[in-house]
Amino acid sequence: MDNLLSLSASPHIHSGRSTSAIMRDVLIALLPTTVAGTIIFGLRSLLVVAVCVISCVLLEALYNLITKKDQTIGDLSAAVTGLLLALNLPANVPIWQCVVGCVFAIILVKCLFGGIGRNLVNPAITARVFMLVSFSSLAKAAFPANVDAVSSATPLMQIEQGTVPSLLDLFLGKNGGAIGEVSAAALLVGFIYLLCRRVITWHIPVSFIGSVFLLSFALEGSATTALALILSGGLFIGAIFMATDYVTSPPTPLGKIVFGLGAGLLTFLIRHFGAYPEGVSFAILFMNILTPYIEKLGAFKVFGGRKA
Amino acid sequence: MKKDGNLSVLLNGIIKENPTLVLILGTCPTLATTTNVFGAFGMGVATLAVLICSNILISLLRRVIPDNVRIPCYIVIIAGFVTIVQMLVHAFIPDLYDMLGVYLALIVVNCIILGRAEMFAGKNSVGRSALDGLGMGIGFTLALCSMAAIREVFGAASFAGIAIPALENYKIEFLVKAPGGMLVYGLLIALVGIITAGKAPKKKSFSCAGCPGAHICGSSDCAKGKEEA
Repeated sequence: MDNLLSLSASPHIHSGRSTSAIMRDVLIALLPTTVAGTIIFGLRSLLVVAVCVISCVLLEALYNLITKKDQTIGDLSAAVTGLLLALNLPANVPIWQCVVGCVFAIILVKCLFGGIGRNLVNPAITARVFMLVSFSSLAKAAFPANVDAVSSATPLMQIEQGTVPSLLDLFLGKNGGAIGEVSAAALLVGFIYLLCRRVITWHIPVSFIGSVFLLSFALEGSATTALALILSGGLFIGAIFMATDYVTSPPTPLGKIVFGLGAGLLTFLIRHFGAYPEGVSFAILFMNILTPYIEKLGAFKVFGGRKA
Repeated sequence: MKKDGNLSVLLNGIIKENPTLVLILGTCPTLATTTNVFGAFGMGVATLAVLICSNILISLLRRVIPDNVRIPCYIVIIAGFVTIVQMLVHAFIPDLYDMLGVYLALIVVNCIILGRAEMFAGKNSVGRSALDGLGMGIGFTLALCSMAAIREVFGAASFAGIAIPALENYKIEFLVKAPGGMLVYGLLIALVGIITAGKAPKKKSFSCAGCPGAHICGSSDCAKGKEEA
């Protein structure tokens, strides 16, 4: 099962898969989430998605033109970055902020470091963190049309205040938050699709979400609260779609599990003891930076090679 | 080391050997005092004043100061001038004094000043050292001001404390925070790198001739450097 993604000694067989095919699968897997977000938050979220995807693709094309590099927008990775960034924003985000976020993701995080495969950290997650720090209005997340926005707080804030929202509402997405993070059901459909297509493996999402669940359970002492905690915030979209980015996560199974556990621990710590209510993006960003060191853990020994 | 003309000694500090953007010295005050153009300009000018004075005095005393204790001597000279500047700023521009806080006193340990004393003033005539101090100081001030202008205009929608109403709703607060400072700094370094592509001093011209440890270092490269110097 995992052989497709693992590092092994030569000779290699070409699987026939290309970057654009993988990225197309990711786009398809994000489709249910986009549809769910549009149903929950209305057409405004489609506008956010369109603006982010189009500006990301255009910016990458423009950068390649100006620096006279080969055109790389055909691999669809810019479109994936744009879609992921849009799904991480609340539906009421001002449009100019979306564009600034896209400039940050594509130009600063991706292109200046050398384009796809050479970026140090995940562009979408970094842009989300950048926007969270830059625009304080973003913390006031959007709410679905049928939920009273004045009296509601995001699920994570509610849990902090002691009321646990209904698990079914959380699972289906009837609560406040970013466009793509509220509906765990739609995200799980995408997860299963990616697993079946062997685009990602189970290691990172399961160890990430599992460690947050276990730590929350240990602290809260209640399985319901712990379940509510993993269903709220950006944990599912982060663990399934952002933490599994090939470029910025370790390629070996052991490395992936360490990556997931570390991200889970950091998310838990930031949620409970940090100043921000949500810690998923910070945790993934931090683990992205640690990835080169984690990779050394699971590295395969080359037969006859020298000790590293 | 071949000698540059007097004009190029002055101009070197502004772009080609800009202390913050090419030599990457004095990064602490660069990151800390560039959230406001007024503060950045004040910091630049204060450093410029200390740099010229200390370069002149160190150059005057370069044959008197014993080689083995030259660093403590430099520090004492620099600290004297910093104290003078600090008292003057405190007396005449108290706003600036409050804004810069501890960073004004920290000019004592600013790498640019000690670096120029070690690399230039300790080996060159008084006139050339003064020119070097002037050029480096202007380069430092320009770098700080351009960085502060970017950060303040786009991060806080104001310029030197004067609000810009057109940008009021389009603030990118990230830029005035510490990581934003790092980002703008990195981008400016890249920009200067593009402008001076190929013309920036090669590492070698700093390595041994300018190395403070050259006389105790046994490596063969160092021996060569000593001969050249």
